[in-house]
Amino acid sequence: MTSSTAATSARWRVKQPSIIPGFGLTLGFSLAYLSLIILIPIAGLLWRTAELGWSGFFAILSDQRTIRALTVSFGTAFAAALINVVFGTLLAWVLTRYRFPGRRLIDAMVDLPFALPTAVAGIAFASLYAPNGWIGSLFMPFRIAFTPYGIVIALIFIGLPFVVRTVQPIMEEIDREVEEAAATLGANRFQTIFQVLLPGLAPAILTGFALAFARGVGEYGSVIFIAGNIPYVSEIAPLLIVIRLEEFNYAGATAIATIMLLISFAMLLVINLIQAWSRRRYGYV
Amino acid sequence: MEVSINNIRKEFDRFAALNDVSLKIASGELIALLGPSGSGKTTLLRLIAGLDFPTAGQIFFGAEDASHHSVQDRNVGFVFQHYALFRHMTVAENIGFGLKVRPSASRPSKTEIRKRVSDLLDMVQLSGLEKRYPNQLSGGQRQRVALARAMAIEPRILLLDEPFGALDAKVRKELRRWLREFHDRTGHTTVFVTHDQEEALELADRVVVMSQGKIEQVGSADDVYDRPGSPFVFSFIGESSHLPVEVKDGTVLFQGEPIGVSGEANSSGDLYFRPEDVELTQERDALFGKVTASRRLAGTRIAEIDISNPGGSNNHEPFHVEIEVPLHAPIELGSEARFRPTRWKIFGR
Repeated sequence: MTSSTAATSARWRVKQPSIIPGFGLTLGFSLAYLSLIILIPIAGLLWRTAELGWSGFFAILSDQRTIRALTVSFGTAFAAALINVVFGTLLAWVLTRYRFPGRRLIDAMVDLPFALPTAVAGIAFASLYAPNGWIGSLFMPFRIAFTPYGIVIALIFIGLPFVVRTVQPIMEEIDREVEEAAATLGANRFQTIFQVLLPGLAPAILTGFALAFARGVGEYGSVIFIAGNIPYVSEIAPLLIVIRLEEFNYAGATAIATIMLLISFAMLLVINLIQAWSRRRYGYV
Repeated sequence: MEVSINNIRKEFDRFAALNDVSLKIASGELIALLGPSGSGKTTLLRLIAGLDFPTAGQIFFGAEDASHHSVQDRNVGFVFQHYALFRHMTVAENIGFGLKVRPSASRPSKTEIRKRVSDLLDMVQLSGLEKRYPNQLSGGQRQRVALARAMAIEPRILLLDEPFGALDAKVRKELRRWLREFHDRTGHTTVFVTHDQEEALELADRVVVMSQGKIEQVGSADDVYDRPGSPFVFSFIGESSHLPVEVKDGTVLFQGEPIGVSGEANSSGDLYFRPEDVELTQERDALFGKVTASRRLAGTRIAEIDISNPGGSNNHEPFHVEIEVPLHAPIELGSEARFRPTRWKIFGR
């Protein structure tokens, strides 16, 4: 009897004995903080959406304009994150592997998208890539600005530091010996990079991708200047939300936001699961 | 595969890590590169592997000048100090890697690779672990995976950098014996780097003692221990003490007094002797000093003795020597001990 009660009480005990103090305090603070910053606003969002009822919700969800806007948002964010994975990893490689004059300058420049007001970036891109801009005119008759391609370019700019900053530290940790081992076994540079180094970096690259993607989906400021905002073509979901708000259609706005939230959450969850799996398997940090 | 290293010099930023090093390694030999850190032993190993290139000099594999061949072309097995296993690959994938990356013309088929991997796993006694990842293995097991991976490419020579450095003492001893058996079975020319003299003396056919970018002595364990060729080797390998002496008319004088030891040629130099190569004596011509400490060491006792230094060199610091004494010898702290080296060597200054 006593042993079984002991077992039950042990199972229900949240706090494990630990020498690290402050468990109660820090967990309490974390929960309160998360509630204030994330959970309560999201709950409000869902509450507002719920006012629509299922039929209203599905009506907005199946509206062509909503679907197009969501497609543009997620599609461009996905494409931009993919491009960032390739060139962000390359940039991280250059910054960690080579010592050249101006390296620190480039290293600092990577963080600019974090600091620069996104609207400023958007306006700069719009004027550069417009049909009569410096770069845009070179590509005529192919139009970059005011099409989804322009959106992708703005999102590449916004997402780049996320990839570089997650991959860089892991790359710095790679032991030179691993590369040398591959070389002594007869692997050429190409095989060493694609069979030894990149698989080792995959979890970090995946994290960078997830961050850049999530940031891209939510990006508003830079995109609206370069997108042209043509409904059904280059209108992003966050802009559609703002439009609905301006129409005082709060339920409509929150419904689109809820859909975005659900899709983003599902994608990030999948990415996290892949990471947890690879971490368990290879013992990566 | 016979390896000859001819007048190798290697500079890093104009600092000479290796200075005019020459060495011949016979086919099938097991060679230890022994030296303190910074002696250039790892640099030499990396030059043989082709992971670094010499500033001057050549390295021959058999009759072929390999000095400027890339590491991929040299076909050497290299086991790194921290194993450098690919942690996203299973044990089997790690071992098969060297075969898998071969150009398609010389690449064995998948079934052949699998067969070879399982043979190698048998050889390193790790059968059944092929599906494990490196982080699921113990240090000793990782070491053996690294060895199997290096052996998979049928290397011409096997190079090991501090192969037991990261293991605990017991595993180290086991693996040492195991490596010796492994070498005798496969007959590969093997070079390993170590700073542990016990390891080098026990394991290697020949020991290459290195210091400050130079080879001090090459020889069997008996050679380097019993017939050290330089003061460095004498003091680096085993225990030893040394005293400044002069040789006059065939007798060795310490502080102007004969100590019952004979020498050749008039000169001055340092007298080196090992703790076990002394005898206690009552005679007048001997070294003597005050016993400052004595400690039990397995079957014997080591006495630390301070020999006074009125001569004035080193600020009158006494000379400190250690001698081995019989367990029941009448040695008391603070008493005077008289002794003579029975085997010694004088290195001129």
